[in-house]
Amino acid sequence: MSVIYLLISISIFVAVAFFIAFIVAVRSGQYDDDYTPSVRMLFDDEIKPQKEIQTTEEKQN
Amino acid sequence: MSIFVLGKMSKVMDTQNCFHCGLDIIKVEEIVFDEKKFCCNGCKTVYEIFSLNDLGCYYDFEKSPGATPLDISGKYDFLDNESIISKLLEFQEDRTAIVSLSIPHIHCSSCIWILENLQRLQKGISASQVNFPDKTVRITYNPELVSIKTIVYLLSSIGYEPYISLDNYETGTKNIDRSLTYKLGVAFFCFGNIMLLSFPEYFEVNEYWLDTYKPFFRWLIFVISLPAFFYSANGYYISAYKSIKSGMLNIDIPIALGIIVMFVRSTIDIAFNYGSGFFDSLTGLIFFMLLGKMFQIKTYSFLSFERDFKSYFPIAITRVNSDTTEESVPVYDIQKGDRLLIRNQELIPVDGILISGSASIDYSFVTGEAIPITKKSGDKIFAGGKQIGKVIDMEVLHSVSQSYLTQLWSNDVFQKDVEQKHKNITDMISRYFTPILLLIAFSSFMYWIFIDTITAFNVFTSILIVACPCALALTAPFTMGNVLRILGKQKFYLKNALVIEQLAKVDTIVFDKTGTITTNKKSSISYEGISFSEENLIQVKNLLRASNHPLSRMLYDFLPEGKRMKTNDFEEITGKGIQGMIDGKHIKIGSALFVEKSEENDIMQTSVHIMIDGVYFGKYVFNNQYREGLDSLFKILKQNYQIKVLSGDNDGEKTTLRNILPQGTELVFNQKPEQKLEFIKKLQEEGKNVMMVGDGLNDAGALAQSNIGISISENVNVFSPACDAILEANEFQKLHYFLKLSKKAMKTIKMSFAISLFYNVVGLSFAITGNLMPLVAAIIMPLSTITIVSFVTIMSNYYAKRLR
Repeated sequence: MSVIYLLISISIFVAVAFFIAFIVAVRSGQYDDDYTPSVRMLFDDEIKPQKEIQTTEEKQN
Repeated sequence: MSIFVLGKMSKVMDTQNCFHCGLDIIKVEEIVFDEKKFCCNGCKTVYEIFSLNDLGCYYDFEKSPGATPLDISGKYDFLDNESIISKLLEFQEDRTAIVSLSIPHIHCSSCIWILENLQRLQKGISASQVNFPDKTVRITYNPELVSIKTIVYLLSSIGYEPYISLDNYETGTKNIDRSLTYKLGVAFFCFGNIMLLSFPEYFEVNEYWLDTYKPFFRWLIFVISLPAFFYSANGYYISAYKSIKSGMLNIDIPIALGIIVMFVRSTIDIAFNYGSGFFDSLTGLIFFMLLGKMFQIKTYSFLSFERDFKSYFPIAITRVNSDTTEESVPVYDIQKGDRLLIRNQELIPVDGILISGSASIDYSFVTGEAIPITKKSGDKIFAGGKQIGKVIDMEVLHSVSQSYLTQLWSNDVFQKDVEQKHKNITDMISRYFTPILLLIAFSSFMYWIFIDTITAFNVFTSILIVACPCALALTAPFTMGNVLRILGKQKFYLKNALVIEQLAKVDTIVFDKTGTITTNKKSSISYEGISFSEENLIQVKNLLRASNHPLSRMLYDFLPEGKRMKTNDFEEITGKGIQGMIDGKHIKIGSALFVEKSEENDIMQTSVHIMIDGVYFGKYVFNNQYREGLDSLFKILKQNYQIKVLSGDNDGEKTTLRNILPQGTELVFNQKPEQKLEFIKKLQEEGKNVMMVGDGLNDAGALAQSNIGISISENVNVFSPACDAILEANEFQKLHYFLKLSKKAMKTIKMSFAISLFYNVVGLSFAITGNLMPLVAAIIMPLSTITIVSFVTIMSNYYAKRLR
């Protein structure tokens, strides 16, 4: 038994694992909406000192 | 005059936009709250709700993202009805329920943010998730704590009124077809791994290491190719089988043949140790072709091209029972003889007779006509109109399915499966390509069989492999996909790629008049009568301020700005007019009858009469406003196309139209929906390729019958009948550009066909002489694909730029 059989089977196994992950991701609907998540991830850092930002905006107006 | 100038100047000076919705603020109506300026109370209230709940972030992501909330009291009373709710919900249990609501206003990141923070506004909502491309929000809530009606009212109160129509009533959960994504994934997996594993074979060095493991690599490749061959490519086998059965030679036959031959020959090759096989090319081919298919599918999921009356009609309506109790009933349950209550802004779902109240009905969804029609009790009213003003009572004459408008949908055009309406350009080519290919394959086989049997089989299979029209099949999808995206960016949304081909073939264009070549946003207003003093004009304008009637609003916007005055004794008499005291003067504005002017009863025009202190002054006449750039568009179109204009209206504007439109344009008036459909059908029978441009529900039949139906829409999110393409109304004058671009797209495809045929000839010369090595196939295939894809992309982008 050569080491190449082992290596190739490991590499195929890893590839298949990723492939299965892809299928699961598609099935769960992750690829149905490819826009909203890109916006959503930016919301986590809510801007706390709102007052100041708004007043500067007013001045610009 | 000085007042006018002042008025105008002041308007220029404070062009302020509302902090919430971004509309211009009229100085006199400005509301200042929390140091911010608002255009109306509605906007201010939304701001208050947000700032009270610590949701001020809403205004940080986007400037002025909001919409003014509308008054909707009573509109959603049907959401108390359990059976209707259960139809709307996606999922329901004791403590959890999920509902997906479509909200047309969703347009920016602020919208996403506020809608995903609904749980902070309302107890009982546990989560909400926005799907931006679909413009829907999916809300998970606890039905014990909050009702769906409360949620809908909450959404409406913050300016995000959901859109619930009869469509939602029938469709439960949608099944999304993701098979193409899976197939593409599988094909890419196989392609990538096989490529890696075939690498040693590409450099055929006689080395001990390689020779020992050759069988192992080859059989491993064989195994990996199986999913791609059996699963990913199965669409081609099915399509080829179908086309053979129907006697039509489409492009999928040589593709399927190529794939199968490639697979069988490669298997034999490795089984008898003749060579390494073509598994790399095989999977690559499948992958690239699926990629082309994927690229061609460009969907505008927030639009629907299949809308029928169901998307317009409400789910439920208020029925008045014999014991005068009111009840919400699903519209399908309405029967002849029922009495219905129609509130302000509600759609009339069935034909009937007006019983009480005086109705002002807006038929703009049906006809495109902007100005509401006044009906008195006893008049017949048709389904599809929208009541504006007070509550009305009506008695049902026909049930939903038998109403005047909905009957149109029983016509055959709507039943027909539109899938195979015409052959596409690729199939046209393959009608010649396939027989020639088979001819070459067999004649070379016959030639070689006398020399060497094994070479003969090799040559035969090589020809089928190398001629597999991968590049040919990719040409159209990539060109069309690209043009589809270019058009989409310019607000012209096509249903699918086939529409481009149809656009290029059009020779006759039929336009609907009202709402299509005229706009229902604006009317041109002219005055006939004794001229007013400035003072009078301002008084009239002030009186109009108080009225909500569409004609009053239009006239109000038309009259020049002036100072604001107090109105006393204001009275609005529905269906007649308004009156009131301003500055000690009694002003009456309304219909001819209302101002006691009974001379002409001109039904051809819409007008508003003015009377001040008992003296009749004159009338304002509302004319249809034609779209901008209409005459220049028609002038250009006239050079290459036959133009016809169809109208459901009377011929009152015939002379005006004659002046605007170029000579020889056919004008047809007084057309009912079915007659429009027949008109198109007749043209088609004369051998014309007809494009219909329409807007309202009454054009739906004609749009479906025509070779290509384009629906013009002022607001693409909400209303447009079933069609092949939706064009945003303010891009109307670009129509000629779109037609030209589609022609150029077809030219690009033809040029690219030439290139791919050239590749085929090169490949064939290898194959016929019996010299096709797997490596050559592995080079030609991706090379041709890449050149074709880049060629069509560059060409279509070039044309899109140059034509503009």
